[in-house]
Amino acid sequence: MIPAPTDVIFRIRRFDPLARPQPAWEEHTIRYAPGMTVLDGLRLIKETRQPALAWRSSCRMGVCGSCGMFINGQPRLACNTQITHLDSLPVVVAPLPNFAIIRDLVPDLRPMFDAHVALHPYLIRDDAAEMAEPTGEYYQSPEQLEHFLQFSYCIKCGCCMAACPTYATDPAYSGPMPLTQAHRYNADSRDGGFVERKAVLSGEQGPWKCHYAGECSRACPKGVDPARAIQLMKRQLVFAYLRLYAQPCPSKVVPKPTEIKRRADVPEAPARTIAR
Amino acid sequence: MRDQALWTWHVLAGVVIAVLLGLHMTIMHLDVLVGIFNPADPHPIEWGNVVARARQGFFLVSYVVLLGAALFHGLYGLRNILFELGPGAGAKRAVNALLTAGGVAMFAFGALAAWAASTLARTL
Repeated sequence: MIPAPTDVIFRIRRFDPLARPQPAWEEHTIRYAPGMTVLDGLRLIKETRQPALAWRSSCRMGVCGSCGMFINGQPRLACNTQITHLDSLPVVVAPLPNFAIIRDLVPDLRPMFDAHVALHPYLIRDDAAEMAEPTGEYYQSPEQLEHFLQFSYCIKCGCCMAACPTYATDPAYSGPMPLTQAHRYNADSRDGGFVERKAVLSGEQGPWKCHYAGECSRACPKGVDPARAIQLMKRQLVFAYLRLYAQPCPSKVVPKPTEIKRRADVPEAPARTIAR
Repeated sequence: MRDQALWTWHVLAGVVIAVLLGLHMTIMHLDVLVGIFNPADPHPIEWGNVVARARQGFFLVSYVVLLGAALFHGLYGLRNILFELGPGAGAKRAVNALLTAGGVAMFAFGALAAWAASTLARTL
């Protein structure tokens, strides 16, 4: 943490494949305002000096995961990083490493999302009719929820992928985010897709090349522990190979409660908007 | 499937190494205290003790198993290090073939040496 400065220097890595084929550093000095985040600073620079400066952002509250950037040598969310919370100045901003750059601070996250999709990050069950037209809820106890809850806080910002030393050198490795999400569903008591995901995880894309450096967990702005998920996944897959683990049957449907009446002061739920 | 199998065997080989190497270290460094495996002399590498151990089938088997586990564990680790250098598919196949051939050759040589030592010790 540093004392509030009067002015802040931003060193920004610029790249435009059409106008400037080589990345270059650019410096801007702006007036500091209390509570200013790195994203606020970038917005001020864009509004007043460099209208062509490009990055992704949306929610400004650390929820959407769009504004992952390499700030002062660490992958962080620009909206969640206050300037006074940095270790030193100037503020050095670059796109997330381990990804190709589309432009300025915009990384190409497609490889990450391709790996994510390949690992089937959704509930897989054999009751398609119930999933389409639910008659109740899938049972899940609070203890079962704890098995995967922290992994479901992931916002897919890519900070863990940028911090991963294995992903930096091996493009075949799926990386911490997709693997954590695969484990999130494997550990979900409502899911029955372990065998389907195992088909991908048991190969080169699986967790086998993780060195347990732990940088992914340190970088995660949401407090998710991808390194833990990957080690748990390794254990699960080793036990599965030794035929000591089989995923339990997905939880059953619990009928909707019938005795409970809506309180008079609670309005009725709005009509369904999704087509049947 | 292949990586899952290789990793599992890597872990199992590590467990085998931990047990057998622990036994080896105990015999070589603690037998003065334990005094079971070295009947000829307190010093473990005295000729009489070496011959006595080589005569026992247990040691022949444990040496060969330790050799196999150590070779697999080490060569799999080396393969991972080489693969992190980013070789192409052809280079990966060549590394796999070389390490497999080298590992099998070293295992055969070591197992033969252990067998020969055991046979020689039985004639003394």
